[in-house]
Amino acid sequence: MTTTALDRRTSLSIFERMLMMRHFEEAVIHLYKQGRFVSHYHIYIGQEATGGAVLEALGEEDLICTTHRNHGHIIGRGCDPNRAMAEILGRATGFNGGRGGTLHITDPSRGFLSTSAIVGGCAGLATGAGYGIKIKHEPHVAVGFFGDGSLEEGLVIECFNIAALWKLPVVYVCENNSPGAMGPLQGGYPTATTATDSFTRLPAAYGIHCLKVDGTDISAVHAAAIEAVQRCRGGNGPVFIEAFTTRWPGSSPLWPELATVTDLNEAWDPARIAGPNADWLRHHDPLLRAARELVAAGYASHDELMARDKDARTRIAAAANFAIESPMPAPATVSDHVFA
Amino acid sequence: MPSPRTATYRAAVLEALFGEMRLDDSVILMGEDVGVAGGVFKQTEGLFAQFGGERVIDTPISEAGAFGIAVGAAMTGQRPVFEVMFGDFITLIMDQLVNQAAKINYMSAGQFSVPLVVRTAVGIGGNLGPQHSQSLHAWPAHIPGLKVVMPSTPADAKGLMAAAIRDDGPVVFFEDRMLYNVRDAVPDGDYVVPIGSADIKRTGRDVTIIATGRMVHVALAAAELLAKEDISAEVIDPRSLVPLDVDTLVASVKKTSRAVVVDSGYRQYGVTGEIAATVAEHAFDWLDAPVIRISGADVPIPFSKSLEPLVLPDAQRLARDAAALVRGQR
Repeated sequence: MTTTALDRRTSLSIFERMLMMRHFEEAVIHLYKQGRFVSHYHIYIGQEATGGAVLEALGEEDLICTTHRNHGHIIGRGCDPNRAMAEILGRATGFNGGRGGTLHITDPSRGFLSTSAIVGGCAGLATGAGYGIKIKHEPHVAVGFFGDGSLEEGLVIECFNIAALWKLPVVYVCENNSPGAMGPLQGGYPTATTATDSFTRLPAAYGIHCLKVDGTDISAVHAAAIEAVQRCRGGNGPVFIEAFTTRWPGSSPLWPELATVTDLNEAWDPARIAGPNADWLRHHDPLLRAARELVAAGYASHDELMARDKDARTRIAAAANFAIESPMPAPATVSDHVFA
Repeated sequence: MPSPRTATYRAAVLEALFGEMRLDDSVILMGEDVGVAGGVFKQTEGLFAQFGGERVIDTPISEAGAFGIAVGAAMTGQRPVFEVMFGDFITLIMDQLVNQAAKINYMSAGQFSVPLVVRTAVGIGGNLGPQHSQSLHAWPAHIPGLKVVMPSTPADAKGLMAAAIRDDGPVVFFEDRMLYNVRDAVPDGDYVVPIGSADIKRTGRDVTIIATGRMVHVALAAAELLAKEDISAEVIDPRSLVPLDVDTLVASVKKTSRAVVVDSGYRQYGVTGEIAATVAEHAFDWLDAPVIRISGADVPIPFSKSLEPLVLPDAQRLARDAAALVRGQR
């Protein structure tokens, strides 16, 4: 059984971020199935260890850019789940006043930039934020979260070149969740649309320091994030982290399905794991893995973890209610904010 | 009385850049060859020496990436002026311009603004061929959230560049490099022309000629030809395409009852169609004839000296068509 190299405080902090992310996403799927919102939406289940551990390594002043798969990053950063859920339901109380929806949730007060749903778009914004940090001589970093698909967009490659040339303090976090394989273990990628056998070749071509980690391992991700952030703060230029996860089965169909439902007891009582996705739960669920590691390290008992789980569920249920009861944006405001 | 202070169009824009960069440390300039080289047409000469490499930045030939970076910088405290070397290359920044810069203020419900300027130089008539001669101002003008300005004189160029930099949102600034050496009166010091204000460049009674960018000069030349035929043309320069100063245009057409719109972009789905329809909507009952449109032909701009002029509006044709309009001949 794996354990964690992190200390108790850090491990529990990451775990709590992950609990909030997980329950938020399950609630989103429920709300969609209830017809509370209409949209194509993207779920972060299965990637919580990556987001949680990276966000744990950041400071309050660091800047973050994410993508259409933003819910995990927003919740993991500690942004108000009420306002995030309200945005997904298109309500006036949402972070974007209902104007952006699931694809564009942002909270500048917590360091988020505009959230781009154009694949690759966040690379430009994060790199630009890094430029601003550099010329203001601030000790902060800009983090861009994106998926493996982003590396097919030319913009991202152009940003690598410029970030490397100008030594910008940008951490590029590539969350490679391509279905089926762990790249380094199987020697390649299953994506049919890239001719490279390793995505890190692309940033490495520009001399960018690259790290590859198991995206379900909170210790490994946290260590990589700390190394990246320290390199950036030291003025050494950008860092690229590739974090591997196995795509959650619920994110495989065109629209998300609730393919698995979280039961923390499965972490210490694996005989309970059943169903068509048992293998994913046993071997690829980062939340169950983190729970097992916390127990193995003696950092928390089953009951303590279940209590935290219950807290997260309660907070998310309140967020869903808040969203459902929030008003829709007033029609008279439809043209607000076209111009600054 | 001493003659007014004059400057070239190129120098006037530079004056605005120097002035704004001195006033506000957050103003930065990015583009290809804008720094050390001072611009391939010397349009940014001296800025690098004055402000240094952190504020005057030479980018690689990566318009999309570099502009995406400009958008990110604009959201986090800078006020970038981003140069696109040739107006045709605005196509390369389109996603960052349309799907990011134009929409970020709206999508974030006003939490972010994107205070940047895209500066690009167009210039039909320089024998540069189809990919280096276009004026694509209709494209950004079509996108909610973008302001678009197109100065025709040195003073307007200085004033609108200052206004564009001070605007808290994205502004696309189209200049015409064929006007770079035109010299005219330019106010000294701090000078701002409000975005969204048209300017009557020549008053008249018989026909309103609405002209954009370099076509203002074509229109003024046509007005001279028309004057010889006792036709008095009023030439209006919208100066801003978005927002458009509809009131000034309509007031003129109500006075003259006839309108011609002249623009150097392609005709199909272009600026002349937008302005003509707007004028017709507001001034239909005052019009004695349909609004006519004179624009670039719907043809890629050819290289050869014998072909290129055929696809551009010229003063003779404009005068002839305006005269026919006034005389009721169509």
